[in-house]
Amino acid sequence: MSPSFAAARAAVRRGRAVTLLALAGMALVYLLALRYTPVELHQGLAQKIFYLHVPAAWTALLIFSLMGIVSIIFLWLHDERLDLFAEASAEVGLMFSAIMLTTGPIWAKPIWGTWWQWDPRLTLTLFLFFLYVGYLALRSSIHDPLERGRFSAVVAILGMLLVPFIHLSVYLFRTLHPKPVVLKPSAPSLPPEMLRTLLIAFGVCLALYAGLVMMRYGAGAAERLREAGGEGGEVPDGA
Amino acid sequence: MVFAALVLVIVNFARDPTALPALALAPSALWITFAFGAVVALNRAFAVEREHGALDGLLLAPVPREALYLGKLLANLAFVGIVEAVALPLFVVFFDVPLGHALGGLLAVTALATTGFVAVGTIFSAMAVRTRFAELLLPVLLLPFMVPPLIAAAGLTARLLEGRPWSELHGMLRLLILYDIVFVTLSTLLFPAVMDE
Amino acid sequence: MQPYDGPLLAATDLARSFGPHRVLRGVSLTVAAGETLLVAGPNGAGKTTLLRILAGLMRPAAGEVRVRGRRLAHGDPDARRPIGLVSHQSLLYDDLTLAENLAFAARLYGIARPAEAARRALAAAGLADRAGATPRQLSRGLLQRAAIARALLHEPGVLLLDEPFTGLDARASAAFRDLLRARAGEGRALVIVTHQLAEAWELASRVAVLAGGRFALERPRAGELAAFLPRYAEACAG
Repeated sequence: MSPSFAAARAAVRRGRAVTLLALAGMALVYLLALRYTPVELHQGLAQKIFYLHVPAAWTALLIFSLMGIVSIIFLWLHDERLDLFAEASAEVGLMFSAIMLTTGPIWAKPIWGTWWQWDPRLTLTLFLFFLYVGYLALRSSIHDPLERGRFSAVVAILGMLLVPFIHLSVYLFRTLHPKPVVLKPSAPSLPPEMLRTLLIAFGVCLALYAGLVMMRYGAGAAERLREAGGEGGEVPDGA
Repeated sequence: MVFAALVLVIVNFARDPTALPALALAPSALWITFAFGAVVALNRAFAVEREHGALDGLLLAPVPREALYLGKLLANLAFVGIVEAVALPLFVVFFDVPLGHALGGLLAVTALATTGFVAVGTIFSAMAVRTRFAELLLPVLLLPFMVPPLIAAAGLTARLLEGRPWSELHGMLRLLILYDIVFVTLSTLLFPAVMDE
Repeated sequence: MQPYDGPLLAATDLARSFGPHRVLRGVSLTVAAGETLLVAGPNGAGKTTLLRILAGLMRPAAGEVRVRGRRLAHGDPDARRPIGLVSHQSLLYDDLTLAENLAFAARLYGIARPAEAARRALAAAGLADRAGATPRQLSRGLLQRAAIARALLHEPGVLLLDEPFTGLDARASAAFRDLLRARAGEGRALVIVTHQLAEAWELASRVAVLAGGRFALERPRAGELAAFLPRYAEACAG
């Protein structure tokens, strides 16, 4: 059931390679963003941050859904690899939602004239960030891996279903109370160059996620093996 | 309950009476009070079972874990309901709210929203009580889950007090009901996973 | 309950870890009606873990427990019905009186007329005059008696006891031994887990030593405790 040391090390190596590739891809995206995409008429250069912000948001949302699904299977099969994957995903997801929360206000200050707006999407991402924080806080406060896996799986499953509810509630609230002066950042017809760059950036974010998760997963697996080995269990090779 | 009164007083004093009418702040004040009251109550929810292993006593009995969850949920709802029943009259007095026509609707909204977050809070408090830093962990976990019911309930309360028509209410009301159905069901199903060591 | 002539309690290959600690590594046992299994072992050997798994409070990582032939699983609450547990905690609510505590327990087991059942159980335990007291107001010995009354309330066929002699003085211990002997005589299966061998020695029909996550030794009890002690020390040392 549990991965071996060699497999854990291989996962870390592969993860490192993928992460480096993804970071190179990110540099490429910014090259594209600055050279290839048109400068947005109203927002100017500030709009460029969207090629990081939006894909990060998508990825953070996607990761939580993935964690929820994996957690359902975990409660069923009790395979600790699934739990390791969820844990690694949560840490990377936290990173992505932190990126999105910091890039958002940086963009919003020159464009909206304010750091923060209680816009539905913004609010959703803020609480998504809190969900990740809560999930990881719970994990860090439980010693027994079996119990930790089960408890955090419960939170991940509940959280996955919470996300649409948060969106819906904020959305309902705002549409019933329209704000007259809010500048809507929607761009219904994105120029093809922008769209293409955005999609590439999303792909790069997914690759970054995959790479980081492999690294975290491998490190986590090795950690558990070391702990188990220290207790007179199977002696790991060359550890 | 002392706590609930405290929140109401603070909000009322923090308000600049010339800038904002009491009614504009009233819904938020009410729901902040209810939310904090619920967190305080939920933090104590499994403490009685914790002492002397009474929880083991429950788990040994030939009773399905799901039934234990529903029992605990009802007990927590009763407890939070009492806090709310005390806070509501205070709220009416402090904010001078013309409640008359909205009372029935407000009670319904309160029941629906409270059920929603207490359902999730009950399963979280069962987990938190088994960890270190239980008192800190519960609010951190529960906060995102309180957002939909609180937003909907505060919005509905405001509209009820302003006497708005039904067409402006039913969207949020549906959201509350759906939230209750989803999270009561889900928590019931997931509770056994929390109870087994 | 319908008659059943297999072993009342049977466990096979139980394993359980806490993080890196592999507490149990394949423990199997059977206890027949009228038998008393004494599980001894040093502190931290996993005795309590074993007992909690047998009681269905803890899920084993591997292996299974059968009570009256029925597998313990949380989807089958009735499989737990024949189990009684005397843990090192009383399982009583501090805010309820003894009578209320026992009546509540009776209700959990669906016993008819719970208040009356509680009164009877308290009288049988010699606690009739303490029915209105809360657990806080009781001495260790009386509290232990209340805990036993609660455990026996539903006439369990399998009685699991975790360090039941801790905190009892000599006289209370002797009385308690008589009670347990009577229970075994009624055809119940008992498992006593303890590191105080002396207190429980003469009750046992079999003795097992839990060390290194396994039964290092299991055999019928015969002869004096003094003769067994060297073997016990050897088994503990592994």
